[in-house]
Amino acid sequence: MSCCGASPDFEELDAVSRLVAQKLAAFLRTLRDNGFRIGIAEGRDAAALMAAGYAERPGLFRSALKHLFSARKSDWDRFDGLFDAFWLGKRVRSRSLAKGTAKAANNPSLKSLQDGTQAGGQSATDQVPSGDDAPEGRSGEGRMEGASRADNLAEVDFRKLAEPEQIAQAHEAAASLAKAMRTRLTRRDLARRRGHRLDLRRTIHRNISHGGVPIALVKRKRKDKPLRLVVLLDASGSMSAYTGVFLRFIHGVLDEFREADAFVFHTRLAHVSDAMKEKDAARALDRLSLLAQGAGGGTKIGESLQTFNRAHAARVLHSRSCVMIVSDGYETGDAALLGREMAQLAKRCRRIVWLNPMMGWQGYAPEAKGIKAALPHVDLYAPANTLKSLAALEPYLTRL
Amino acid sequence: MKSRDEIAKGLAISGYIADNELATAISLMQLLKRPLLLEGEAGVGKTEVAKALAHLHATELIRLQCYEGLDQSSALYEWNYQRQLLAIQAHRGTDSIEDQIFSEKYLLERPLLAAIRRPTPPVLLIDEIDRADDEFEAFLLELLSDFQVSIPELGTIRAISIPHVVLTSNGTRELSDALRRRCLYHYVDFPDVDREARIIMARVNGASASLSLQIARMVEGVRKEELRKVPGVAETLDWAAALVGLDVRDLHDAPETVQETLMCLVKTQEDRARLTREVSMRILGKVA
Repeated sequence: MSCCGASPDFEELDAVSRLVAQKLAAFLRTLRDNGFRIGIAEGRDAAALMAAGYAERPGLFRSALKHLFSARKSDWDRFDGLFDAFWLGKRVRSRSLAKGTAKAANNPSLKSLQDGTQAGGQSATDQVPSGDDAPEGRSGEGRMEGASRADNLAEVDFRKLAEPEQIAQAHEAAASLAKAMRTRLTRRDLARRRGHRLDLRRTIHRNISHGGVPIALVKRKRKDKPLRLVVLLDASGSMSAYTGVFLRFIHGVLDEFREADAFVFHTRLAHVSDAMKEKDAARALDRLSLLAQGAGGGTKIGESLQTFNRAHAARVLHSRSCVMIVSDGYETGDAALLGREMAQLAKRCRRIVWLNPMMGWQGYAPEAKGIKAALPHVDLYAPANTLKSLAALEPYLTRL
Repeated sequence: MKSRDEIAKGLAISGYIADNELATAISLMQLLKRPLLLEGEAGVGKTEVAKALAHLHATELIRLQCYEGLDQSSALYEWNYQRQLLAIQAHRGTDSIEDQIFSEKYLLERPLLAAIRRPTPPVLLIDEIDRADDEFEAFLLELLSDFQVSIPELGTIRAISIPHVVLTSNGTRELSDALRRRCLYHYVDFPDVDREARIIMARVNGASASLSLQIARMVEGVRKEELRKVPGVAETLDWAAALVGLDVRDLHDAPETVQETLMCLVKTQEDRARLTREVSMRILGKVA
């Protein structure tokens, strides 16, 4: 029985079936709003299932549609709730929307996108340093009133950027820096590919026309895994002055970088690659600010890393991966756990780079318990409080 | 076409105890002619589904194990170069040699080509698709939608029968959306106590109902411990076989043997150290 043959024309349906078909279409829309990727073929197959009598038993119908429409575990886990909410009128819809954290928020409905814009506006004010930092910021700004404003900007601590214009400028600079780095990194990667070993089978094949005398040799090229970058960004309150610029920088690096993943953490970890793949930087940041807005409380780096190691590491890390952690290392959880999880992580990837904006401050020493526990497993511990220090990372990354 | 209950029964006969949802998925495979993508932790029996499916349809199982660097020549077809060379040497001077050496006689069938050339539709198991490269995944997608293969020297080979395709993935790499959308999706979870006990009884000779239930409960307890490598169904079966082989009738009668045979369940040094005597006795204590 073919899927297409089973679906009758819309006109031929009686009134009830037509109503059901409309309802099905509405259900598909609900699922799409919730981040399910459903094409036309799936809708047609669903209609075929209804025609085949699956709709007569709700349990069976739910199970059948679940297999058809889910494409990954997060879909699989959320489907029953969405189905019940839509078809049986149970009040779980809003809950399952909120529960599907990363995925749901990455593919938000129109309404949540609008909310997101508002949230974005709020987070922009976050970047303005408050309290005791503010006067310093003003004095720094005074010094910069020169002709070569852009150059100076490179050496100014991000937290001292107060004017919206300056922040915007820093964002632009971070994005273009990221773009330049990405291009150079990938190009060098291509140039390095060289084959060493002889491919016997292909050599014989190529030389059949010479009666099997191996004249033209075919070498086997070892396929180089492209460098993969995984960024874990601390978005807790203590980092708020830096989060904005780093998000923009990460967006720049990830954009079109084939092998990259980004996570944001504060008290929990959220996978944000999907939001980051958004071409338009402003929209990507809007979507992200939804996720990045933490409870405002502490940072559980150890716990977040544990989640990462358990749930994501196997998928996103391979032997040519570099993990970049951007955090001030103020751990409010268990510092010993952080040490253990760092050791785990170090086993799985090539390099761990820890960027600590605070390190650029004068007289800063890594005293925080968290950073002390983590440091033995870190390959490069660098400041990243200015554009210049970000740019200084590039030579290191190319050597990976 | 078989109904869901018939499918569940058929799978049970071949030794696979399926839940209702999996039986639904298999009936959908027939109805919609879509491949089935199985995801889940290692050791929950994803590969077994394909074997049981082959048994259910009384057909052949063709397996393609994916790995990094898997290419067309080992997945689809390859010319038998050695044989071609021999033919050239043997028939030196004849003109028709070129037509001869590019005929089916000199073609080596690999799993994918074999699967579409069987008179009765076989079960094609594409195991651990996440280990193959992106390029291979794209190529596979094309094959799964058209079911035809073009060989430049020979022409296009169309499918004689459309195989039942089962793909499995362990999640070591994110699969493309296109492939996911093309497939029916089923997440294989660890079985619940009742189902695991039935699995043990079906697969281990001599395991009584009460012992199977005890083992299943014990394993459930072990899975709740924070282990690095959670024991799968295969480990459970190993352990059950070990206990039956050592003539254990009741876990409470032989706590020593239980502790000593736990190596069937946990496979890393770290986990072994975590399952101390106290821990395993505590879990055993909860097992009725």
